Amino acid sequence: MAALDPIGPPRRASSWRSPRLRAWLLQAALLAAVLGAVALMFGNALDNLARQGIASGFGFLSQPAGFGIETTLIEYSETSSYGRAFLVGLLNTLLVSAIGIVLATVLGFVIGVARLSPNALIRGWAYAYVELIRNVPLLLQIFFWYFAVLRPLPGPREAISLFDVAFLSNRGLQLPKPLPEDGFGWLVAALALGVVAALLVARWRRDGAGRRWPWTLAALLLPPAAVVLAVGWPLAWSVPELSRFNFHGGMTLTPEFVALVLALSLYTASFIAEIVRAGLQSVRRGQREAALALALPPRLVLRKVVLPQAMRVIVPPLTNQYLNLTKNSSLAAAIAYPDLVSVFAGTVLNQTGQAVEVISITMAVYLAISLAIAALMAWYNRRQALVER
Amino acid sequence: MAKRCAFSLALLTLLGSSVAVAGPTLDAVKQRGYLKCGVSQGLAGFSTPNQQGEWTGLDVDYCRALAAAVFGDAGKVRFTPLSAKERFTALQSGEVDILSRNTTWTASRDTELGFDFVGVSFYDGQGFMVRKDLGVKSARELDGATICANAGTTTELNIADYFRTHGMKYRPVVFEKSDETVAAYDAGRCDVYTTDRSGLYAQRVKLKNPDAHVILPEVISKEPLGPLVRQGDPQWFDIAKWTLYVLIGAEELGLTSANVEQQRKSSQNPEVRRLLGAEGSFGQALGLPADWALQVVRQVGNYGEIFQRNLGGLPLNIERGQNALWTQGGLMYAPPFR
Ligand SMILES: N[C@@H](CCC(=O)N[C@@H](CS)C(=O)NCC(=O)O)C(=O)O
Repeated sequence: MAALDPIGPPRRASSWRSPRLRAWLLQAALLAAVLGAVALMFGNALDNLARQGIASGFGFLSQPAGFGIETTLIEYSETSSYGRAFLVGLLNTLLVSAIGIVLATVLGFVIGVARLSPNALIRGWAYAYVELIRNVPLLLQIFFWYFAVLRPLPGPREAISLFDVAFLSNRGLQLPKPLPEDGFGWLVAALALGVVAALLVARWRRDGAGRRWPWTLAALLLPPAAVVLAVGWPLAWSVPELSRFNFHGGMTLTPEFVALVLALSLYTASFIAEIVRAGLQSVRRGQREAALALALPPRLVLRKVVLPQAMRVIVPPLTNQYLNLTKNSSLAAAIAYPDLVSVFAGTVLNQTGQAVEVISITMAVYLAISLAIAALMAWYNRRQALVER
Repeated sequence: MAKRCAFSLALLTLLGSSVAVAGPTLDAVKQRGYLKCGVSQGLAGFSTPNQQGEWTGLDVDYCRALAAAVFGDAGKVRFTPLSAKERFTALQSGEVDILSRNTTWTASRDTELGFDFVGVSFYDGQGFMVRKDLGVKSARELDGATICANAGTTTELNIADYFRTHGMKYRPVVFEKSDETVAAYDAGRCDVYTTDRSGLYAQRVKLKNPDAHVILPEVISKEPLGPLVRQGDPQWFDIAKWTLYVLIGAEELGLTSANVEQQRKSSQNPEVRRLLGAEGSFGQALGLPADWALQVVRQVGNYGEIFQRNLGGLPLNIERGQNALWTQGGLMYAPPFR
């Protein structure tokens, strides 16, 4: 259109020609088309469901679930609702994802740095790790940890005992569990107070002469010590004990959980390592040389000069890895870890038969988690970018 | 992965099309030239491939009977192995014409899920299996045990009910595939394996050392297992239902695969004559040929034969019990053919 129409006399009124408006209208039309298609599919699905006599709607979420779940972060029993079961699954997904992300990040950074180590042996090991782990499909790695490593462990009666407080068996890792008693809140508050005091003291003594650590330590320990003196030690431990079938008391890290966390974090770490390596290599050599020339200790060169600049390259692809890890956690269903897919898109879907609702909710939740992670990382990235001058 | 794809596809059909909707299933099946039957992924005696790779079992034979009814040829059926979790979506979306997969008839499945249960092909109940060396004699001693079960089953719900009623605690470990469940139990991940008792007998054969395990005496639920179809196609429902009754009725009337041909010619019993199409228009009313029931019994046998072939003999040795004819103290009963 525009091409056919040479630059005629200026006609201000014709807003149709404004490319901005045209773009807007086009976008709006596209959006309407997409929404229309979705509405059509939705209506069609509802129609089909009704014609087949399949229950629809979200009423089932408040119905009692009637099945048990092994790992729950919140109170849950057989009488809880499907909605509650959904929450349990969601929290289990968030739990493995969060722990996986932390472990994968730490390990990934260590290996990424090791990939560039001046020591050939360390470099070699790091290289071998990356190549081995990232080239084997994740599902196989999950199976490896679950079936080959954790399955053959001895039964609870022959469990491997660690100082008689922790036990490793084919039922998982049993650990002592802290039981806060009266006054525990005070202890936590006193600890926090101690940390703040210690920081203040350290800052205050910085310019002063003399040693500062005795003062700092005193500031840190005094408040909690006072609380313990006043109310006694407010923390008890529940130690796992063998009963007829299982360990009781303490807390259990199930083999399913351990296998999933191990596989997810080791696998993702291999990718993060490569990202970190690329990031470090993207920082010009001159930067490091300049820092060394200024007599900065080599330890600080990495931390204060190279890494901050590398982070700008590292963070965007790192976000992808975090998203991948979270979505990959849905492989949990393969080894009976009760994550969102296993509990909600598995058992709940099957018991209620409401596939369309359940799958829609599940997809929406993964989308929401992914968007949240992406937003968080974008925010972090912006902050990093500001460091640039 | 292939399974996952099948599942997404099923969901897509549900979302996008209207062909899968209940309609004249019979026409669709005839046009296609074969029946699509959903079975389990391998449960000895019910549906499992034999050494030649052919599907065998009670659930499989029911589908063969249905194929014989529709086509006069028990071979015109294709089997789709489905996990407990996949089975309902597969039927709802039209991936299979009938589900014959040790599935318990429950109120919610019959009403909310949009199915019609055809009848009961095997009366069962849920039981528990434990290792002998645990020394457990009764299910009431299972407080605190770890229990392996299959996801998306009545089993999962029944243990919850049972332990709740008896004020006991348990730790569930649920797998999607029953092979995984059995393997986990065998490796000691769980103290107890629970499912329908028929399933316990069938799966025990797969354990490393079957004799090291016992099945506890308690039966904690009613599990009437039977085939089911999509709701809303009365003709198909009737065909499926009366195929099952033909199997049972044939046993009541003493008709077997060996004698049915000759009985059709010589029998003077009016009910036999109606059933086998020598009199009346029973087949026509269902949209089937007059000799449909004859073909069912001739090619697949009566219920007793099917039971004996798949469950009665070794290695399962399951007794008829509740699955005997009503005339012999069991619950199997066919409405009259008239
Ligand atoms: N009858 C129960 C349980 C059926 C079930 O799935 N049982 C398992 C364990 S016996 C099974 O069929 N496994 C064979 C397979 O998944 O292929 C139900 O309908 O929910």
